[in-house]
Amino acid sequence: MIIGIPKESLAGETRVAATPQTVSQLIKLGFEVTVETGAGQAANFANQAYIDVGATIAADNVSALNNKIVLKVNSPTDGTSDSLDEIALLQDKSTVISFVWPAQNEQLMEKLSERDINVMAMDCVPRMSRSQSLDALSSMANIGGYRAVIEAAHEFGRFFTGQITAAGKVPPAKVLIIGAGVAGLSALGAAGSLGAIVRAFDTRPEVKEQINSMGAEFLELEFDEESGSGDGYAKVMSKEFIDAEMALFAEQAKDVDIIITTALIPGKPAPKLITKAMVDSMKPGSVIVDLAAANGGNCEYCVTGEKHITANGVKVLGYTDLPGRLPAQSSQLYGTNLVNLLKLLTPQKDGDITIDFDDEVVRGVTVVRDGEITWPAPPIQVSVAPQAKPVADVVVPEKQEMSKTVKYGLALAGLIGFGAIANYAPAEFLAHFTVFVLTCIIGYYVVWNVSHSLHTPLMSVTNAISGIIIVGALLQVGSDSVIVTLLAIVATLIATINIVGGFAVTQRMLKMFKK
Amino acid sequence: MSQGLVSAAYIVAAVLFIMSLAGLSKQETAQRGCYFGMAGMAIALIATVLNPSTEGVIFIVVAMIVGGTIGYRLAKKVEMTEMPELVAILHSFVGLAAVLVGYNSYLDHGVLVGAMKNIHLVEVFIGVFIGAVTFTGSIVAFAKLRGLIDTKALMLPHRHKLNLAALIVSGYLMVSFVNADGSTTALMLMTLIAFAFGYHLVASIGGADMPVVVSMLNSYSGWAAAAAGFMLSNDLLIVTGALVGSSGAILSYIMCRAMNRSFISVIAGGFGTDVVATGDEEQGEHFTTSAVEVADLLTSAQRVIITPGYGMAVAQAQYPVSEITQKLRAKGIDVRFGIHPVAGRLPGHMNVLLAEAKVPYDIVLEMDEINDDFSDTDVVLVIGANDTVNPAAKEPGSPIAGMPILEVWHAKNVVVFKRGMATGYAGVQNPLFFKENTQMLFGDAKESVEQILKAL
Repeated sequence: MIIGIPKESLAGETRVAATPQTVSQLIKLGFEVTVETGAGQAANFANQAYIDVGATIAADNVSALNNKIVLKVNSPTDGTSDSLDEIALLQDKSTVISFVWPAQNEQLMEKLSERDINVMAMDCVPRMSRSQSLDALSSMANIGGYRAVIEAAHEFGRFFTGQITAAGKVPPAKVLIIGAGVAGLSALGAAGSLGAIVRAFDTRPEVKEQINSMGAEFLELEFDEESGSGDGYAKVMSKEFIDAEMALFAEQAKDVDIIITTALIPGKPAPKLITKAMVDSMKPGSVIVDLAAANGGNCEYCVTGEKHITANGVKVLGYTDLPGRLPAQSSQLYGTNLVNLLKLLTPQKDGDITIDFDDEVVRGVTVVRDGEITWPAPPIQVSVAPQAKPVADVVVPEKQEMSKTVKYGLALAGLIGFGAIANYAPAEFLAHFTVFVLTCIIGYYVVWNVSHSLHTPLMSVTNAISGIIIVGALLQVGSDSVIVTLLAIVATLIATINIVGGFAVTQRMLKMFKK
Repeated sequence: MSQGLVSAAYIVAAVLFIMSLAGLSKQETAQRGCYFGMAGMAIALIATVLNPSTEGVIFIVVAMIVGGTIGYRLAKKVEMTEMPELVAILHSFVGLAAVLVGYNSYLDHGVLVGAMKNIHLVEVFIGVFIGAVTFTGSIVAFAKLRGLIDTKALMLPHRHKLNLAALIVSGYLMVSFVNADGSTTALMLMTLIAFAFGYHLVASIGGADMPVVVSMLNSYSGWAAAAAGFMLSNDLLIVTGALVGSSGAILSYIMCRAMNRSFISVIAGGFGTDVVATGDEEQGEHFTTSAVEVADLLTSAQRVIITPGYGMAVAQAQYPVSEITQKLRAKGIDVRFGIHPVAGRLPGHMNVLLAEAKVPYDIVLEMDEINDDFSDTDVVLVIGANDTVNPAAKEPGSPIAGMPILEVWHAKNVVVFKRGMATGYAGVQNPLFFKENTQMLFGDAKESVEQILKAL
């Protein structure tokens, strides 16, 4: 099958659905690839780079779209509002893979289903550990989060990191990140590595560990409410919770220099978390980056797609093209997500795709099959939090510490028992016993600090030394009884094997240890 | 040689043995320690042979030459990966020798009266018991390590009661043995029980716990020698036996701590079996990788840690691993080794193998030394290790819960070398394999490592 990679027709789009690297992976899966001329230009991938890895170059949009499989970033356009009608150019029975956003684009879905084609939406990948490798939303969110920090740093008039210089002390910037999804975590990682003090808030308490693991502080509410919806995304919270949350943000706004908001609830307008009053209380020069701008924004001042400067000098960035501002990186990650989806679709690696609806991932991604709308897919419930619970129910057997009474009791009993034996035993035995006890103690101190790497040599030397039992056998060889002599000789023989073998092998080992 | 000189020689030998063990606790003095041990043994043997009360020197010399030759050849021939087996089988020789010496001492002893006689009988009885347990226990350990018998823990019904019964019956036999002023039937019966007891003790321990078992048997062989010392009134035997016995016990204790096991239940045997292994269902998707990709990953890394396990020993992969280490270090990449205390089937097993392959020992670190460094590490290569890197140990209720482990998953990338998705010795599925930053490289560890070496 031939895969077509058209140039994105959306104005301002810099990304491309395949990079030279992902093209070579597609070819390994048995596909042929044709790339529209100039498709990778905005992301700095020249035509020649595609040719070098084995792709052909399509002269125009038409020949790139007229293929069995078409990979795109944005959904094919439907010809309304002056745009090209890309849907009409698609081949019958072909498969288009791109971002679609079926919930927001009913009209587009209608148009797509009028053609006898399959459509796979990279924004509909179910959230499962198995499908992480094709989760394009996470890839884009990761880049968006990183870029949000870079944009903020660009607008912010000071250092992120604290410094003490000859020209005075510079305090570190304080960054508040709301929503610790992929974008939020990526942003807090990036802000942290620039040296800022990073705080983060999320309605899902289970992400606390992830936030802490990135070196940021997790802001907690004194409030008890479950907020995971079971599918890995956040849900709408109760009024009391929101009040508590808003109070926290109001208090933080006065303190922090930069706020990055990433709060999104799937299929709903973004919640307004940062009110105008909060922004007005911020220090002049502060920056707010609103990653939810495409869905209306988390900040009341947010203007979608633009930079807005408030009266008190706070900059509110509502850019929606953050991933596109790192075109090479975005294209690479998105392209790899597509490769991973195609791997799933071509189990035989023969360049022929099969759409298997028994596979939950394939089922979730496919929004149109043979011209019929198959969206939304039946829900799959997967989340980390609920699974963790049964584990906690397992009763861990506690180690029983001996109580003090029992310990002292045992010691006393031991002493009395020993006294009884000593009272009965002759002095000769006791002399031997003294030697025995003292040697045990010496053994303890000598071995206690042994370095771990020497355990084996130590063991084989003690093994050789325990062959000292030969002395007992030697003394018995001269016995009058033939049986005793014979047994003693056998004992001597095997004990010698042990002694010689033990020492020789220790020598071999020790010779190998060298610096 | 006068009796006084013999005693003096014994004292010198005992001191040399102590110095030998002390020397072996540090890398720098280890070699010297070994020589001290040999010298001590030589002095003890010469003194005993020259002792005026020793007769039949010809027999002794012949037996020693034969035994020495066998022992030397065994030691020279053995592969370093088979070390645990060799040590285990050597322990069984000490055990058997202790049984024989015990019988001899029972059959032919000097004139003893009253309390001394009873004490001697008790000593004989105990000595033979320990020796017999060591003998069969070591043979079972050997067979398990060799793979001659199933490494799974033998689970007889009422196994703790069986053990207890064996001890009680032996105790009863000892009383009747002493009361009857020595009864060959009782002694023989007890020997048989002790053989069975030793077999059962080790058979009921799973293969994963063999390091502790070998060390424990080492301790038992020492106690057997000490018991022989008591029956023969020989201080050298007592000193040496007690030294070996206590050092073996301490070593087992150190290892138990490393595995978070109770020391008492180890000594009592059957300690690896009180937990029920959970199923081995897979926990999601794992990602596979290729040798070339791993080579790429390694060359672009700054810090690499290699955590080998038993699988490296089995595949004999230590040589190519060592070569990779040299190559990467030559490129200025920081390569270190993280060794779990119970990696392999013998304590320090990995250290011996790496030393054999000429990996400098100052980059081979212990678990505690290296565990905090994983988060700064770019790539971790897990070569043939499983349970020692299993994050399930952090979860209560898991069969290996509480066992300290190498926390490799904190590194940016983890590559696991494995033959398949099977579980480790503990029979617990390893969530590490399904983590996002983990890639699996399937195949024989040696071949995989050699391919990487080629690609570097």
